[in-house]
Amino acid sequence: MSRKLVIDPVTRIEGHGKVTVHLDDNNRVTDAKLHVVEFRGFEKFIQGHPYWEAPMLLQRICGICFVSHHLAGAKVLDDITGVGYSTGVEMLPTAEKVRRLGHYGQQLQSHVTAYFYLIVPEMLFGMDAPPEQRNVLGLVEANPELVKRVVALRKWGQEVIKTVFGKRMHGISSVPGGVNKGVSIAERDRLLNGEDGLLSMDQVIEYAQEGLQLFYDFHEKHRKQVDGFAEVPALNMSLVDDSGNVDYYHGSMRIVDKNKSIVAELNYHDYLDYFAEATEEWSYMKFPYLKELGREAGSVRVGPLARVNVTRSYGDSTPLAQAALERFHEYTNGRANDMTLHTNWARAIEILHSAELIRELLNDPDLQGEQLILMPADNAWTGEGVGVVEAPRGTLLHHYRADEEGAITSVNLVVATTQNNTVMNRTVRSVAEEYLGGQAEITEGMMNAIEVGIRAYDPCLSCATHAMGQMPLVVSVYDAGGGLVDERAR
Amino acid sequence: MSVRITIDGKEYKAGDGATLVDVAADNGVYIPTLCYKRGKPCLGTCRTCSVRVNGNVMAACTVPVADGMEVEVNEPEVANMRKMLVELLFSEGNHNCPSCEKSGRCELQAVGYELEMMVSRFPYRFPVRPREHAAKHIWLERDRCIFCQRCVQFIRDRETGQKIFSIDHRGSHASIEIDVKLADRMPPEQVREAARLCPVGCILEKGVGYDQPIGKRKFEIKSIRERALERERQ
Repeated sequence: MSRKLVIDPVTRIEGHGKVTVHLDDNNRVTDAKLHVVEFRGFEKFIQGHPYWEAPMLLQRICGICFVSHHLAGAKVLDDITGVGYSTGVEMLPTAEKVRRLGHYGQQLQSHVTAYFYLIVPEMLFGMDAPPEQRNVLGLVEANPELVKRVVALRKWGQEVIKTVFGKRMHGISSVPGGVNKGVSIAERDRLLNGEDGLLSMDQVIEYAQEGLQLFYDFHEKHRKQVDGFAEVPALNMSLVDDSGNVDYYHGSMRIVDKNKSIVAELNYHDYLDYFAEATEEWSYMKFPYLKELGREAGSVRVGPLARVNVTRSYGDSTPLAQAALERFHEYTNGRANDMTLHTNWARAIEILHSAELIRELLNDPDLQGEQLILMPADNAWTGEGVGVVEAPRGTLLHHYRADEEGAITSVNLVVATTQNNTVMNRTVRSVAEEYLGGQAEITEGMMNAIEVGIRAYDPCLSCATHAMGQMPLVVSVYDAGGGLVDERAR
Repeated sequence: MSVRITIDGKEYKAGDGATLVDVAADNGVYIPTLCYKRGKPCLGTCRTCSVRVNGNVMAACTVPVADGMEVEVNEPEVANMRKMLVELLFSEGNHNCPSCEKSGRCELQAVGYELEMMVSRFPYRFPVRPREHAAKHIWLERDRCIFCQRCVQFIRDRETGQKIFSIDHRGSHASIEIDVKLADRMPPEQVREAARLCPVGCILEKGVGYDQPIGKRKFEIKSIRERALERERQ
């Protein structure tokens, strides 16, 4: 008899989602979907608000990557007021570097949260481990020293955010044309040298290297599982600088294929010429794709795996991350890496990269510069802007329009998890076929494998769908007649 | 001529006819205010400074002191009434502090903190009053207006003395209005004065916001209580 499996909710992700898997009479997978089941509506209710309020209100979409939303919005306001990249104006060095510092601080703390709190439990205990063990409390019992270091590392990232934005969460720094404060010598030295209860920069880099080593050790022991788990083909997209290297704050959007040949490279202000969005009745999350290639071939992957696939190098200023990147690139002989669990490898590399970028910035005297805001010339108002940054989970786009009186008239947000929608669904299908297909009995470990696949993307469904309320994750299995056969909900 | 009054049982000397809320502040007793601004005529609109005077509840900003007056400020029942009044102000408007640019400089928010208000006991009305942004330099977030009338009385056209702001309609239909023609004649410093005078984030200077970093905003540097007790006028 055919069956339907349901996982509801998917756990250890940001936001709420559900998975359904349909099996036929022979227990073969006929369909598998990741549903995002709630709606929040930020794009609608921001309409009518004063334009300068948008980055403050919209960052509240997320409690994890609020800095990315704040900065994407800030770049839009730069455009709207006529001091942005759309009008060819270069940001003041201090303002741009302060924004970058906050951005890298957030990437570090967000990746540390995802990697250590959400993903490492499976690396240490295995996918089949009982749910009561494979979580952060299980980690505390098994390796308290590791957890102490993780907490300290995340705290340091949050202190970088607080230094720039005034608060660890939902602070304020960027205003149209710049920032409202620089970084003092005392603030800089505190982050570089640490203090009682706060790591030093050197310790941060040491702990980041240990995090990467954790992946190397796990990979060494479980190479077959890590490499063989959900190898899902997709194009890869990232912001890159003029040298073709990843730039988390600004650049052009580059999309590469399996051979790392450039499929498209665009000024993000032109994104509407390149991208379309499909919708499905079973999910509130849209499915963006490159118009020219169509939905199936033109869906892209974003985030850590995509970025390390796209970037040519990290340059000379971050030698430890550069060495790690070279090792990553060599593993697939220079071709793009489609192995889903290698996203965690990429994430660990980016923790180290963020730390080295922060060290470089903290030693830059421009952070103490006094020119913080570029004032627009008369009649510079454009009333429209697009801002893109590489959020921890991938390429994040904000697009606003405002009328001449200053009221927001329209907003479009294309967040990283939305870009990953198709590739996440492919991953769910791949894991379902591998782990559930042909199985008469469905175990907890099999169901968890699907969640492991989703978790690799560290999806933020709250950002992607503007989900509101409480919707835990469910995995469901249905038979051919639509009857529910098995369901796991948490 | 001086008079003697008691506040919460303690005797104080004061100038005859001085305003009770000022006399209290001069003697280290904080009474929260929202519409009242020291040095300006009393408005008596918000009632946040309500205290008990000789057994009757009155707004302290409207009361000239007189000899023998007995005042209760921190008696629990009257203190609770003041807190309720502030909660009602929050319930009547859309005061979304996390994204409001007045946050950290907002007197309503500061008084809420001073009174240790955690949540309003009253259901929120979520009013929908259209924003007004036709003026060149001023944006009115009407849902935040507490109808204190500071702007109505104290911000006037510098040539004619005409009122620039007014309250239209009454009761729950009341709405803050702006004369766009007069508003567009306001010099920049008067626009800023209006925005600063507004105790909430209703009157905004267009395009200017969030310019003070968190930690450096007015009431983060010095609390509204300290400012009142130091006889601050602005």
